[in-house]
Amino acid sequence: MKYETQGIAKLYFIAAIGLFVGQILFGVILGMQYVIGDFLFPEIPFNVARMVHSNLLIVWLLFGFMGAAHFLVPEESERELFSPLLAKATFWIFLAAGAATILGYLLVPYATLADMTMNHLWPTMGREFLEQPTITKIGIVVVVLAFIFNIGMTILSGRKTVISLVLITGLIGLAVFFLFAFYNPHNLVLDKMFWWYVVHLWVEGVWMLIMASLLAYVLIKVTGVDREIIEKWLYIIIALVLFSGILGTGHHFFWIGTPDYWQWIGSIFSAMEPIPFFVMVLFAFNVVNKRRREHPNKAATLWALGTAVMGFLGAGVWGFMHTLAPINFYTHGTQITAAHGHMAFYGAYVMVVLTIISYSMPIMRGQAAANAKAQVMEMWSFWLMTVSMVFITLFLTAAGILQVYLQRFSDTPLGYMVVQDKIEIFYWMRLIAGLIFLIGLIVYLVSFFVKGEEVKVVQSEAAEANA
Amino acid sequence: MDATTTITQPIEEQPRLLPGDFAIWFFIFAELLAFGIAFLVYAVVRIQNVDMFNEFQLTLNREIGAANTLVLITSSYFVVRAIHAIRLNDVKNCVRWLYAALACGAGFLLLKSIEYQHLFSQGINLETNIFYMFYISLTMFHFLHVILAMIILFAVAIKAQRGGYSADNHIGIETGASYWHMVDLVWIILFPLVYVIR
Repeated sequence: MKYETQGIAKLYFIAAIGLFVGQILFGVILGMQYVIGDFLFPEIPFNVARMVHSNLLIVWLLFGFMGAAHFLVPEESERELFSPLLAKATFWIFLAAGAATILGYLLVPYATLADMTMNHLWPTMGREFLEQPTITKIGIVVVVLAFIFNIGMTILSGRKTVISLVLITGLIGLAVFFLFAFYNPHNLVLDKMFWWYVVHLWVEGVWMLIMASLLAYVLIKVTGVDREIIEKWLYIIIALVLFSGILGTGHHFFWIGTPDYWQWIGSIFSAMEPIPFFVMVLFAFNVVNKRRREHPNKAATLWALGTAVMGFLGAGVWGFMHTLAPINFYTHGTQITAAHGHMAFYGAYVMVVLTIISYSMPIMRGQAAANAKAQVMEMWSFWLMTVSMVFITLFLTAAGILQVYLQRFSDTPLGYMVVQDKIEIFYWMRLIAGLIFLIGLIVYLVSFFVKGEEVKVVQSEAAEANA
Repeated sequence: MDATTTITQPIEEQPRLLPGDFAIWFFIFAELLAFGIAFLVYAVVRIQNVDMFNEFQLTLNREIGAANTLVLITSSYFVVRAIHAIRLNDVKNCVRWLYAALACGAGFLLLKSIEYQHLFSQGINLETNIFYMFYISLTMFHFLHVILAMIILFAVAIKAQRGGYSADNHIGIETGASYWHMVDLVWIILFPLVYVIR
């Protein structure tokens, strides 16, 4: 580790992994509730478990991004973090607020939570993914602003690289678009429309900048390819992301009461959204093929390549599948959406955070890379989680296709619950795949504690690694 | 081609496949793809509503459209002259031609704004009908591209002015020029497609 304050990232990553475990446990509970409706009822009703599952995902990814920024920015800026104290403070405040909110979801009915946190003063609760009490939302803004201030000051007073500038742009965008979470118009159509300003412009806009910069950083480190080349790829990717992604927001405006023209704009631009993901695949493989060093951390390289491929499949291909308005007319809000959501979030964001953790954790623990045994185990966890996620996606897709046909496309459409009974077999298979994902996650956790012979770094590599 | 000519032709003289920075071609192809899809969709929807499209097409100002086509083609010519000048190491003229092209770009925006002002003052908007939906979104999207291309060309012009380019090193100007020509090309298709063809 080149700068001492990079070590603060470890706190964030440990919290991220802990919350990841929570997210997957609730995922399994939900998978079970799909087939055994009253599982854990009334203690943990489905709607609460779903809220916890999706909120934990967002919070742990944010912890991951913040950890990544704390690790990467000092090294890119060639200086210590502006304020290590602030970095620690934001961590503990964010963790406490996050934990309190999740406990709030679990311990009291949602309506009571809304009363307790005085939602009536400034109503922002009750919307998918943005269920947090208003006070928590304000807390998130404060934490993120303090974090951006800290990272921004570090960048401003140090070396400015394309990677750190793209990263900070993404982080500022993340903060700015979250502000739409405070806008809650009475008109339901407008409400939904602005809701997407947070959700879509996060995941298909500014988060992509964060993801691309993290990927670029890790690829520079593990391949030793010239920074100029990687930066050029980064420019291409972010330009294509913004080009397709901003107007691509239109694909969320189908059939929710917005004007017709969104069907055209949304269809055309979101049809192009797979392009930046495809370029990311080209980028990752190209750079790894042209590598100028054999970095001892093979696991990190695997995660990086996996991010590109799974991001392309999950976000690009599975997104395109139902993004054209005439198709979405039938698929809107079915299990096809769930299939896409699972693989896209895993492929693009979960994997990129695991990539940077895989690269940086050994360094923060005083090694160039984890020992061979630990790496093999980590790679096992990669394949277990990734393959089971592919199956979760395939089963949900099959369920979705059947659902669309039986409930909406057939000449004799059936009712929602009748159809749910008919596609139950796929929910069982999804549950099994989910359990295998959980096993993969346990293997991943264990890989951090596997002892073995320390990786020896050849002198020239060590020198280069410090370059 | 026989063996002798192959040998006498030095490798340096082989023209590069694409001028400018290779990265810009990713955008150019992405842009052409977006416009291409949009044009195709326009054509298909037009077939289904020929009478309506023909009727409302008559409300567009073809004279301004034609003038704008000339303006953009002229601007592309100026950009070509700028490249030609820098290849002769004539920085001063290169900068002049670039600013001339930028002036054309500004002229295009002005004429287009007059056209929009006229339409919008009649209360026409994206929701009026599907013809206007296409007309406004296609031309507006192109309008934004002209602005972007002007920003790029302006940045190139400033760098040229400061002596940043020479006969040996002018890949930046070629990059800006390639993007500029793309924006021009799109208009050359857009104008007949939306304003003229009946």
